[in-house]
Amino acid sequence: MSDLLILNGRLVDPASGVDGERDLLLRHGRVAAVEMPGQLRAVKGKEVIDAKGMIVAPGLVDVHVHLREPGQTYKESIKTGTAAAAAGGFTSVVAMPNTVPVNDSVAKLEWMMDAEREACVKLFAMPAATFGSLGEEITDYHELQRAGAVGFTDDGKPVLHDRVMRAALVAAAGIGVPISQHAEDTRLTGGCSMNAGPVAFRLGLRGMTVEAESKIVERDIRLLRDIEKQEGLRPHLHVQHVSTANAMEAIRQAKRSGLHVTCEVAPHHFTLTDEAVGDYDTNAKMNPPLRNDADRLAMIAGLMDGTVDCIATDHAPHALFEKEQEFERAPNGITGLETALGLALQVLHKGNGMPISRVIELMSVQPARIVSLQGRGTLSVDSFADVVVFEPSAEWSFEAAKSRSKSRNTPFDGAPMLGRVLTTISEGRVIYRG
Amino acid sequence: MEKRGVAVGSLLTVANLSVEEVAAILAATDRLERMAAAERVRILAGRRIALLFYESSTRTRTSFELAAKSLGAMTTLVSDKSSSIEKGESLKDTGLTLRALGAECIVLRHANSGAPYLLAKSTGLPVLNAGDGMHEHPSQALLDLRTMLTRLPGMSGRLVNAKTLDGVTVVITGDILHSRVARSNAMLLPKLGARVVLCGPKELLPEDALGLGLASKGGVEIERDFDKALKQAASQGLAVAMMLRIQRERLAGLELDLGDYISRYQLDQERLAARAPEALVMHPGPMIRGLEIAGEVADGANSAIEDQVRHGLAVRTALLVRALGVGGFESVTV
Repeated sequence: MSDLLILNGRLVDPASGVDGERDLLLRHGRVAAVEMPGQLRAVKGKEVIDAKGMIVAPGLVDVHVHLREPGQTYKESIKTGTAAAAAGGFTSVVAMPNTVPVNDSVAKLEWMMDAEREACVKLFAMPAATFGSLGEEITDYHELQRAGAVGFTDDGKPVLHDRVMRAALVAAAGIGVPISQHAEDTRLTGGCSMNAGPVAFRLGLRGMTVEAESKIVERDIRLLRDIEKQEGLRPHLHVQHVSTANAMEAIRQAKRSGLHVTCEVAPHHFTLTDEAVGDYDTNAKMNPPLRNDADRLAMIAGLMDGTVDCIATDHAPHALFEKEQEFERAPNGITGLETALGLALQVLHKGNGMPISRVIELMSVQPARIVSLQGRGTLSVDSFADVVVFEPSAEWSFEAAKSRSKSRNTPFDGAPMLGRVLTTISEGRVIYRG
Repeated sequence: MEKRGVAVGSLLTVANLSVEEVAAILAATDRLERMAAAERVRILAGRRIALLFYESSTRTRTSFELAAKSLGAMTTLVSDKSSSIEKGESLKDTGLTLRALGAECIVLRHANSGAPYLLAKSTGLPVLNAGDGMHEHPSQALLDLRTMLTRLPGMSGRLVNAKTLDGVTVVITGDILHSRVARSNAMLLPKLGARVVLCGPKELLPEDALGLGLASKGGVEIERDFDKALKQAASQGLAVAMMLRIQRERLAGLELDLGDYISRYQLDQERLAARAPEALVMHPGPMIRGLEIAGEVADGANSAIEDQVRHGLAVRTALLVRALGVGGFESVTV
């Protein structure tokens, strides 16, 4: 693999505290040197990227994507999903286990991670927390971790029973990985297809209450406290796609009390409200649903004050025919890999004054830490040469028709974005050029 | 999703109907009703209207069908029980099939809220919402309005505008949560000046219902005490008591003490006489006598229930003419 020089850019690497002009040498898939401008010289045979006016940052990390392979490759495949990731500036993604069949065994995990799947970014996976994600019996965490699992989740569904969730947290604590929880009390959300409130009432749709989310978060936090007290373990709960002010506040308090809780927020939950459902737009249907504006603002407040550990997309591709159904029948989920950075910069940086370095931190080193990715989410010397180069001031509109994903189910078709990805590099290989 | 708009002439919701459009629909209804049958039957002669019914219906289906036939149109009825819908054909494909067979307008009854939007956008045909899930029943609200205008004292001959129903309080009582009739009425009647009071227990009437009021002037209130609501309505002018059925098929596990419900919310003769003896009594049907309404009230002098059915036929005649863009609606654009 040839050397790659990235010159004249503004390096923003929150993990090493760098925010300034630096040149970068990538060699053998690693960061070989980070130097002040002028120190690294372009020599013949070296590929050079001129990053003048650009930000050079660690490749982004998404701890929550659905790549639909195996089983639903008409929606997405590992190849197309990771191509979309690359276009969005991501170099590491964590695949959720709700494939068909569910990823709940070493054999299935190894099949997903196989080079034949043609992932173009570094693929990680969270296998199912319970067999078949049925919420009854926990999978073999030791064996799965040895095969590469970075955490466990039944995403799409919660681990509902106290006893099972407790067993999952204990088992995961023993090997130092998180249990990633889709916090939804499904006993309260049967038949619901959007957020409960005046909009749902007007549309005649049954609504999911905020309590359906916060009750599970509060229950999980109680379990953490009990396990710390009774077992002397330090379990790690990661709360997926937080969407309500109530859940955010519970997480804030739990963190203050010293428990090991992390959480993610999806771009759509800090950008849109349930008004976006409009005339039953199924591209505004996901779970958790878009909430009201007070909840949306609580997501931004959590991102600003550090309660939120990372931004994660919950990239959930679905075929057009599946979304072209009655609202209540259409599947939950929207694509997100190609719009995450543009929305984060637009809404958090431009709209709410969050420094760009903080946006990058929430999308690189912090998610990398949640799932303990070594040498990723940073550009310090010797770390993996996972890099995103983007133009921070570029204003553009997302065009769903040009997506690398197989699916087009996004409410952000035509939406204004800030910051355009020009180059994405995974372990020294250029995998995307904008 | 295909970015196709909703065809002119569609009626999916009352929310974006202007008072002028309501007036035009009611004026056309009058005109069509007065017209000689032999003349009326020529208006849509040879035109094709599909009635697509995914839910059972007596009044709405029959009245749309009779309305279409009285205009000379050909109708075809497609129901989920006797079509390829049973084999899993999607709503979009069903709509495209009907369009390919020459349907020029589709009247849709569907169990899912919002289904008419999907059908309208995917076919580009004018679609009339004949009731979608818990969302809306626009033609019902229009026929209810016409019933009020003909039955309430002092209304006949009044111009239809934003003040027509000033001084009228409509108490809609019962299972508001599951009622598309309640939603359409609560969104339509305040546009004409009426005050709408929603009445029912918390389980059937969440506070979120207040969001049905107009952004500009509200017009929707909640009063959980039925006696109080009736009394207050009667004391402030003209009162309408619109009763709703408890929709057992949509209760979804909700437990209700029916004995308690009846004692608090049934409109019986004693309650009517004591609280609002002059009130106009309405019910969209189907009604369950002895539950939300006592038989003698349904059959009593205050009752407009059969009038409602008659007005349903008349109003739907006008809506079909409007949907197909003939008969004086050319100038009315949506």
